[in-house]
Parts: sequence; C-alpha cells; structure tokens
Amino acid sequence: MIIDHPLLGPRDSQEFTYLGDATLLNRPDWKSENSSNEFFEYLYLRDNPAGPHRELWYHTYGDQSWLIVTRDTVTHEISHVELANDFKRKRGKGA
Amino acid sequence: MRYSAFGILKEGFSGNKGWKPLWRNPDPKPEYDIVIVGGGGHGLATAYYLASKYKECNVAVLEKGLIGSGSVGRNTTNIRSNYLLPDNTGFYEYSLKLWEGLEQDFNYNAMVSQRGQLVLFHNDGQRDAMRRMGNIMRLHGADAEMLDVDGVRDLYPFLNFNNARFPIHGGLYQRRAGTVRHDAVAWGYARGADRKGVDIIQNCEVTGFRIEHGKCLGVETTRGFIGAKKIGCAVAGSSSRVMAKAGLRLPIESHVYNAYVSEGLKPIIPGIIVFGMGHFYMNQSDKGGLVFGGYLDGYNTYAQRGYLPVLEDALEGCMALIPALGRVRMLRSWGGIMDMSMDGSPIIDRTHIDGLYFNGGWCWGGFKATPASGMCFAHLLATDTPHEKATSFRLDRFSRGYLIDEAGVGPTPGML
Repeated sequence: MIIDHPLLGPRDSQEFTYLGDATLLNRPDWKSENSSNEFFEYLYLRDNPAGPHRELWYHTYGDQSWLIVTRDTVTHEISHVELANDFKRKRGKGA
Repeated sequence: MRYSAFGILKEGFSGNKGWKPLWRNPDPKPEYDIVIVGGGGHGLATAYYLASKYKECNVAVLEKGLIGSGSVGRNTTNIRSNYLLPDNTGFYEYSLKLWEGLEQDFNYNAMVSQRGQLVLFHNDGQRDAMRRMGNIMRLHGADAEMLDVDGVRDLYPFLNFNNARFPIHGGLYQRRAGTVRHDAVAWGYARGADRKGVDIIQNCEVTGFRIEHGKCLGVETTRGFIGAKKIGCAVAGSSSRVMAKAGLRLPIESHVYNAYVSEGLKPIIPGIIVFGMGHFYMNQSDKGGLVFGGYLDGYNTYAQRGYLPVLEDALEGCMALIPALGRVRMLRSWGGIMDMSMDGSPIIDRTHIDGLYFNGGWCWGGFKATPASGMCFAHLLATDTPHEKATSFRLDRFSRGYLIDEAGVGPTPGML
C-alpha cells in the first residue's frame, strides 16, 4: 500500500505504524457527567466498517507525523490523506 | 446414514452408488425455536450441540454463502491449549478434550491428528515464561513438557540450533496439540446437525433483525422473514457488520491473518513448530504441503488476502529456523478475517436485546475453539445461563473492567 503523505508525497505503508479509527482524536471530557461511559465507548467500541474507514497512521520511519487516512477496508483503496494536526487546527481547539 | 468400516466395504462392492449428500437443502420454515446466524464452524457446532446435547431440534442455521466458506476454511488448522490466563486455559483445554472425542461423537472423519506442538524459546527470559505457562497448563489438566536442547534435537534434528541471533535453548511441548482437517469440521458438524433435524439453509443472508420493544422476534433475510424465539449470531470476522444491523457497536476490529502453503513434499515435519522470536509457525499437511502461519497485516481489513511484507517476515523466520527449507517453493497464500477483540479474548453472551445472543471476538483462537465454542453457545441458548467454562467471556466485561488480556497489551487489537 502507498500512502500519499501531504508533505512528503507517496510513501510505502511499511514506513507507518497503524493506530486505528480516527475517532480516537475525539477524547471525551473527563469532567462530563457521563464520563466513565464515554471513556468506555471511546476506548473499546468501534464501528469497524466494511468500506471507507477514517484511521490514524503514524509516520514512524519518516517525519513522525500523525495522518488521517481514509481507506476502504475491502479494497484497500486510499481516497484521502490529511495531517491530523491540520484537521485539529481546522476543527478548532476544544471542539 | 451412519458411517462405518462395514459401510465402506459394502459401498465399495456395490459401485459406491448408495452414498447420500451429507445434508439436505431445505427451504426455511416461517419460524424456529432457535435460529443460528452463520454457517461456519462455530455456528454449525452450536446447532449440532443444541440438537445432540440440549435436545433443541427445531433449529435453523442461516448462511449467507455456502457453509464453511468463511474462516473455518481459511486458517492453519492447529488445535492446542497453551494459554496463560485461567479463563482461557480452562476453556481451550475443554475444547481440546472435545476435539479428542469429536470424530466418534459426530461419526465423521475430521482427521484429528495429535501430532504435538513445540514452542521454541531462545533466551533465559522466554524459558522462565514458558515454564510458568507449562505449569499453568498442567494445573488446568492440560499436558505440557519442558524440553532442553537435546530434547528438541531428538524431535527435530534439522533445526538451526546455533543461529547467531536466535540460538534454540529448548521448547515447551504439548503432545496432545495437533491439526485437524478444517473443512471436514464444518461438514461433520453440518451432517451431524442435519441428521438430528436441524435445517441448514445456505445462500440465505441475514439483512436485518426484527426488534420490537427490546425483544428480537426474528431475522429479515434474502429469503424472507424467519421468526425465532432465540437468535444466536456466530459470524466472527463479520461480527461488527452483522451486529450493527441490530444497533450494536462491538469492542472488535476486523483484521486479516496471513497463511501460506508450499508445494507438496515428502514427510519432513512430523508436528507443529513455533518459532519463539518472530511471527512464524508451521506444520505439514497430510497432502505434503508445508503450512506456514504468519501474522496480521496490522490494520483493519475485510479483504481476505494478506500483503507481501508479512509474507517476507514469516519466511525470514522460516529461514532462520529451518535453513533446509530454503529451496522449497511457495504454492499459494490466503488470509482469514478475524474478530480481533479489545482484550484478545472471545465473547459468548446475551446482548441487551431480549432473545439476541452473540458469539464472536475469537482473535487467533477461533478454529481450535470450535467444539467448545459450539458447546458453550448451545448451553447459553438452551438454558439462558452461561456454560461453566465460559462464565467470564461476557460482553460487558470491557465496561466493568474485567478484561481477559492474555497478551497484556491493552486495547490494541491490531498489535497483539
């Protein structure tokens, strides 16, 4: 698999470490009423779709950036790659 | 038709004209007492034990394609019970005991071959860990022997004992471990269940669950609605997809496991050999092909094929361990999709929806667990209480904090 890094261009997926579903970026608020249940869902439950999947890859043997890769879990086709930093900046702090 | 040596002789002398198909192909009835979703090893075993042990014969197994076309046909066929945590060790040892009596029980030749599994260790730390595991196994009634270098040499003199990086210091040997003809497991259970009146309905995909007031009344399928008092899902590999139709999110990711087979060779590997320093194990099939087990690709996937770097890694392990195989040619590769659960252990439990039961999250252990999984799931479906060997495989253990984390790595399903 080739991951088209937004800064470095096409890179072999072996340079990366996979973490999982990009919902891991949405860490719950520990101060919320229902935080223990929110953290349970955050930590353990996954949609695990067959089809497009937004997921986190870390460029271990590269620039050590986190990427959000949209990849089809049936065909392995990658349709979109962005820097997790850019995504978070766009989304705004605390959102 | 019951199989026997006499039957084979009789058919042999009469032109083999009397053999019947192993199971019927009935049309679904409008309603059953129990419907099993998934005609793989676990679903068929569940139906078989429901009918044979729990006398529940008004049962149907619904399979999207042909029975046995999922992971029961896409594994490396090993059976063993070398686990560390009591819940797992007890369960898998129970499974191994069921394997030992399986062929007589369901009157079918599944080619259960207890040829022994040797897990090698390459340093003192691994030796201590394996001694501990061996002791735990023996405490649970399993067999385990520590072998020193000479003991390993007696079994497999052709291993590369003095590899500069990974010298072999010994191994943990389970004699009762072995291999089984995987397809025959599905066929044997299907035939056994069918003979007791279970309807095995192929090419019947479940498209949804009919749930009213928190109770599951049946399943919508490509062949119409089928009502049931209880519905058990045994669709490991696709658990998230199927259970999502009932609105459940599971603590599971789907990953692919890589396996390979070489060209057929004369007998060279009598048992199962596991390399202690990489993701590689092997045995030789009865046809002569060397069966290699590799590892996960490491990312979520539903594609039933592996990728090349994992193959290279497995074969490097092979070359480090058995240089004599360097000129063996590989024949083909395959990948099996597995439910990788968030603690590496399975789930056999009720769901919060009345009448809907779930069996999945089998990670690496699905094939070897088949008989015990079927028995425990059948027990749960028939009696509404967990089987004594599966009391901890609860769906809510993640929220309660009672994880069964065999590898001790936390919720990282792709990296176990």
